[in-house]
Amino acid sequence: MSNPSAGASGALMRPGKSLGDYVEAALPKIVLGPTLLIALVFVYGFILWTAWLSFTESRLLPRYELAGLIQYVTLFANERWWTALRNLAIFGSLFIIVCLLVGLVLAILLDQRIRAEGFLRSIYLYPMALSFIVTGTAWKWILNPGLGLQHLMRQWGFEGFTFEWIVTPGMSIYTVVIAGAWQSSGFVMALFLAGLRGIDESIIKAAQVDGAGPVRIYTSIIIPSLRPVFFSSLIILAHIAIKSFDLVMALTGGGPGFSSDLPATFMYTFAFNRNLIGLGAASAMMMLMTVFAILVPLMYSETRRHRRG
Amino acid sequence: MADLSIRNVIKRYGSVEVLKGIDIEVKDGEFLILVGPSGCGKSTLLNMIAGLDTISSGEIAIGRRIVNDLSPKDRDIAMVFQSYALYPNMSVRNNISFGLKIRKVAKEKQDEIVTRVAKTLQMEHLLDRMPSQLSGGQRQRVAMGRALARDPALFLFDEPLSNLDAKLRVEMRTEIKLLHERLKATIVYVTHDQIEAMTLGDRIAVMKDGVVRQLASPQEVYDNPADLFVAGFIGSPSMNFIRCPVVEQAGRLGVQLKEGSETFAFPAPAPLQEPLRARLGQEVIMGIRPEQITDKTAFSGDNPNVLNRVAKVEVVQPTGPDTLILIHLNDVPVTCRVHPEASARPGLPLALMFDLSKLVFFDPTTEKRIA
Amino acid sequence: MADRVQTQTAGADWTRRAIVYGLLIAFALYYLMPLFVMVVTSLKSLDEIRSGNLLALPARVTLEAWGKAWASACTGVQCDGLKGNFWNSVRFVVPAVVISTLVGSFNGYVLTMWRFRGSDALFTMLLVGCFIPFQVVLLPMAQTLGILGIANSTTGLVFVHVVYGLAFTTLFFRNFYVTVPADLTRAARIDGAGFFTIFWRIILPLSPPIIVVCVIWQFTQIWNDFLFGVVFSSGQQQPITVALNNLVNTSTGVKEYNVDMAAAIIAGLPTLFVYIVAGKYFMRGLTAGAVKG
Repeated sequence: MSNPSAGASGALMRPGKSLGDYVEAALPKIVLGPTLLIALVFVYGFILWTAWLSFTESRLLPRYELAGLIQYVTLFANERWWTALRNLAIFGSLFIIVCLLVGLVLAILLDQRIRAEGFLRSIYLYPMALSFIVTGTAWKWILNPGLGLQHLMRQWGFEGFTFEWIVTPGMSIYTVVIAGAWQSSGFVMALFLAGLRGIDESIIKAAQVDGAGPVRIYTSIIIPSLRPVFFSSLIILAHIAIKSFDLVMALTGGGPGFSSDLPATFMYTFAFNRNLIGLGAASAMMMLMTVFAILVPLMYSETRRHRRG
Repeated sequence: MADLSIRNVIKRYGSVEVLKGIDIEVKDGEFLILVGPSGCGKSTLLNMIAGLDTISSGEIAIGRRIVNDLSPKDRDIAMVFQSYALYPNMSVRNNISFGLKIRKVAKEKQDEIVTRVAKTLQMEHLLDRMPSQLSGGQRQRVAMGRALARDPALFLFDEPLSNLDAKLRVEMRTEIKLLHERLKATIVYVTHDQIEAMTLGDRIAVMKDGVVRQLASPQEVYDNPADLFVAGFIGSPSMNFIRCPVVEQAGRLGVQLKEGSETFAFPAPAPLQEPLRARLGQEVIMGIRPEQITDKTAFSGDNPNVLNRVAKVEVVQPTGPDTLILIHLNDVPVTCRVHPEASARPGLPLALMFDLSKLVFFDPTTEKRIA
Repeated sequence: MADRVQTQTAGADWTRRAIVYGLLIAFALYYLMPLFVMVVTSLKSLDEIRSGNLLALPARVTLEAWGKAWASACTGVQCDGLKGNFWNSVRFVVPAVVISTLVGSFNGYVLTMWRFRGSDALFTMLLVGCFIPFQVVLLPMAQTLGILGIANSTTGLVFVHVVYGLAFTTLFFRNFYVTVPADLTRAARIDGAGFFTIFWRIILPLSPPIIVVCVIWQFTQIWNDFLFGVVFSSGQQQPITVALNNLVNTSTGVKEYNVDMAAAIIAGLPTLFVYIVAGKYFMRGLTAGAVKG
């Protein structure tokens, strides 16, 4: 067979694309289409909708005439909202700190070549399988002043023991911390454990040759190299904290009064129970902005560091 | 079997041109190698021939058809991948017959083809195994079997031996060469290994930065490299490059070298006189391969194309069949290949014989060969 | 890894290991305590609860509380226990898990093997959906469900959970398929396989590990959900989590703690059971999702 010469001579055919080819090429986009549409409408579109509502005077029924920032003004003039924000700060920071600490400690302990490690691990982790409602219900019972922990301690001889946080306005938010940390610290432990297992042995050997003792090795090498895990956990825990609704509803109902309210319970109460849609929308937008104000810088700095390092 | 025609093919990703106008004509039954460093565009070109990547401009024709708009399955090609890409959930037999099944080939014909292919590649005993149960070399064979079963117009290989260990690589190279001879198939083979390129190809296309620097037979590329890059890329240990001035001595043109504290000049062979005359007084880069600098033998005599010179040996590296020694010319390290028994010792001088008949010269700025 | 850090003598080592085990066991007891309390309380009669304490074992085991929780406790206006709500949950959880997993697998497949310009941007856009607090979509969704005529219905809940579960399921499958070599798809295309053939014959057979992770994760998330349940359903249609909360928080009459505990266990059993049976896949699911942060 001779070479087809460039251009003119010879009957060189040029088959074009068939209809099947065009369909085949479009398939990936068609498949992804519905999901894209869903994201556009039900995530981004709805956010815009809620934002709009937050600028209106909607009460029981939505109204769409813009009314400026009056809902936000009302929101921040509302003492209950400030309580919710304060509680979020308290709960959020304590919840995160306790989970990180407990998770790290458990991970380090479990990493010590323990027999029955798998069994213990599954015990620490099972609370994650439960609904926050179940957790809240259980801890509500445990922290019951008359018949729960306080009663138990007194029966065991600690006559003066009081633990009535759950019905004490200033302290009820701390009970949410206790229950929440119980549920979520196992998850952090799992992450840290995976991180510990991923550390390069040769670095540790080099440190040992250099004469570092076990504590030194932990503080100078191991814990710093857990930084990415630390950040992942931080982001996830922060996210759980900001969204916390189920736990509060089951454990304290936001009470006593509204002393353990969180933005999520505030939003629900005002939007759906008190029929103040506009105010509820404003509080929801504030929650969204909180999430982004905290998570975006965190993730940005972490990916930047990742790229540099 | 068919010809392959690549005409002025350009590939752009956004505004970046990755392939800058490739022209290659492959004859029916020819074994073409695309070789070059990573990023030169060889795999991109192969993917475009296969239809796995689009062509920004230009034409690719397989046989009598321009295939730009055809999907891979309609191009009558088969491809062997670096990672073998065997379907992990299917047995070897089903891996080989998968393409046939899709094309609705009759069951008996499928079996016949599978048996034939298995026999050719000597893997009848592997037919019912799963890919995870095979060694690297066996997987490679299955990948080739899958391609053979298609009986295509064109075979494409994408660095198929890169994942094998050195010994296996040499064995498989021979097998591929034998297969080519038996089947007389048209093959386009991508590799970054210049030894594979030299031993397997009928012609080699040396690529760099999206351009074909030279397209010629292995020996031609070896003896008459088109530019500095090709000269340095092909051949191991690589060609020595020495920057030196062109001088005239007794009416004949040559170059001047410095070894240790001595300067000496020698005339270039006759065919190189013309091109060098135009460069009198300027600097050129001289290329000489290690095997062209060897220990002095009794036969060199007065051969005008041989230069005898003593040089100080810096480093001695025995390889078994020869010994590589390092000397310095013009303050540039130069590798030479001497006989193991030439008693080369570091720090001591050794009488060397330079075979000037294969010298090449390059322009220092354009890097192209001038002589 | 700990053996690499061993530098003490045998004696100190023994002490160290005793401390480690001691701490681990103490934590284990702390984690198990609430479960123990729940079970034990649910098996007591009210008198025993009042006269005894949290951790005391029942002197007389009774399943009365369980019967009430299942069939006669008051969850709001009705007083027919949790059984209706249990089946409500089953009715919407199963389809939601199946649909979101299926769609997620196709999405992951496209995003890794059939990339096109902008597909990575689409993926990032989708991921953002994992992070939003759902409060910000509740009001519009309530309206929309009303408009579509599926408010307060099983279909409505399936719809909501699929919509907001897609980001996670897509993430799982995409992260998994990224580890499948791209050459596999290329070889299949050359062999003549099309989009769906490649998925059905090659990708899907590789997928059981991630399908299991995805199903377990989705089942747990959707079964345990409360927010969507309490906002988008009422009365008879409510999922078991909402019913549980109502049951526990009704302020009328005598507080029957044993019934509360039995109800909590009933609500938690399915996910707990899945965890016990397939726990290690659960773990993988958590860390897979967390890899992306």
